[in-house]
Amino acid sequence: MLKVEGLTVKYGNITAVNNISFEVPQGKIIALVGNNGAGKTTTLKTISCLLKSANGKIIFDGNDIIGQQPHKVARQGLVHIPEGRHIFPRLTVKENLTISSFSRTIKFKHFKKEMEEVFEIFPKLKERQKQLAGTLSGGEQQMLAIARGILQKPKLLTLDEPSMGLAPIIVEDVFESITRINKQGTTILLVEQNAQMALSAADFGYVMEVGEIVLNGSGASLLNDPNVKKIYLGEVD
Amino acid sequence: MLFQQILNGLTIGAVYALVALGYTLAYGILGLINFSHGEIYMMGAFIAFTCISIFNWNIWLSLILAVVICGLIGIVVEIVAFRSIRHGARSSQLISAIGVSIVLQNIAMLTWSSRTQPFPQIITTKIIKINDIVISNLQIYILATAVILMVTLYLLLYKSRIGIAIRATSQDPDTTSLMGINVNKIISITFAVGSVLGAAAGILMGLYYNSIVFNMGYTVGLKAFVAAILGGIGNIPGTMLGGILLGFVESISAGFISSQYKDALAFLIMIIVLLVKPTGIFGTKEVEKV
Ligand SMILES: Nc1ncnc2c1ncn2[C@@H]1O[C@H](COP(=O)(O)OP(=O)(O)OP(=O)(O)O)[C@@H](O)[C@H]1O
Ligand SMILES: [Mg+2]
Repeated sequence: MLKVEGLTVKYGNITAVNNISFEVPQGKIIALVGNNGAGKTTTLKTISCLLKSANGKIIFDGNDIIGQQPHKVARQGLVHIPEGRHIFPRLTVKENLTISSFSRTIKFKHFKKEMEEVFEIFPKLKERQKQLAGTLSGGEQQMLAIARGILQKPKLLTLDEPSMGLAPIIVEDVFESITRINKQGTTILLVEQNAQMALSAADFGYVMEVGEIVLNGSGASLLNDPNVKKIYLGEVD
Repeated sequence: MLFQQILNGLTIGAVYALVALGYTLAYGILGLINFSHGEIYMMGAFIAFTCISIFNWNIWLSLILAVVICGLIGIVVEIVAFRSIRHGARSSQLISAIGVSIVLQNIAMLTWSSRTQPFPQIITTKIIKINDIVISNLQIYILATAVILMVTLYLLLYKSRIGIAIRATSQDPDTTSLMGINVNKIISITFAVGSVLGAAAGILMGLYYNSIVFNMGYTVGLKAFVAAILGGIGNIPGTMLGGILLGFVESISAGFISSQYKDALAFLIMIIVLLVKPTGIFGTKEVEKV
């Protein structure tokens, strides 16, 4: 589904991502974990083409998408839920959701049905449809961001730190919805600092450190890796 | 006397409001003060004048053509003058806007000369007198047109898909593009809408004063900017009220003080508002951009 080959991204002369390669096979959940500043957000922004100055290859659905415009990439089904949620605070919850339909060729009647399905996953949003999205709590905003992403009908959904700033119990809700979406057929690329949660949910994981991928393996094997345990899970042996 | 001034103020204020909305739309979507907007107002009047008085075309066709061409000019101005410096310094955007203004004014002067021209009287003025209050049918047409345009704008922004996309772009363009929306297209549409309103205002003013001149956009542009600042630039309802308010202030000061001071008064008010409440009279702390 997605194949990243030798990707390097620079901000001016700072190299934020250095020659990384990884793969996201169809139907899987792939986690990309790492500490602050490792280059995770940079990687996702490059994949969705928000960042332009990149070298290497990003093959999505058989095409190299480097240098394309972000709205075109989104229309191909590569949907990015950015770090910090980025809902539209002064649009209502409903407007935030309907905006997902604008680039799709779908009858509004059918879209409404999809919206009802999404409300089943996130019932809170249904109650708050008319409210300005900026007045939602942090957890609700994250739900809205995910719901908005689902309604874009992604083939591949990339999520950047969906657990950031949320209480542990809400984090569980969020991860539950992510696995649910995946079971319904959407491939997921998940970026997290919360390595424990991400690797438990993932089929396969990559660990990033200062712009490079230093480890990879199945979710379970990375969770048991002594280095991962020490650095990312805060366990002392 | 007071009622008369209020009526005159309302008429002129409605026109200021239409022009001011162009400032607010550009500011809302790009955070940009488009000082060339007054020239679109002038172009609207001159293109309508050309189609009607020189080519003798059908009046409705001419009016529609004038606003549509101005909409296109707005799109071109954004692409040529603002797109490449969208993320640049405010000062370069300002200079670019002033440059566009000079270019458009000079094009107008070369095309139509620097003389004041009579605007075609497509409506025969009728005066209605109630006691000592004089109302012209023109005033009613101007007010009605302005109200219709503002209601249409409101519906467009708040009840249509394009409107949602415009407001989303003004809040967060990057995320809007992640929604599969072509942000450049939305920005073009926004400039077209603002320019259509400005051109309509120019035509209404041409009718009202029945003369047009190549630099007519300068003062009105500045005043509309004052109106936008008054109401809170970026804030749609605030801008509408700001325009009306400025119209009142002008006509009341013209009636009770002296018409010579009305322009000075407008700018004095702007300075006071900027000092006392920089977000505008109707602006809140967090400005609702578009
Ligand atoms: N716009 C920018 N200009 C310059 N440097 C940047 C910019 N954005 C990020 N960087 C740098 O690139 C590196 C990677 O940043 P990035 O945001 O990708 O990290 P991250 O892994 O997402 O971190 P976090 O977990 O804190 O979100 C950091 O050193 C950061 O300072
Ligand atoms: Mg990040």
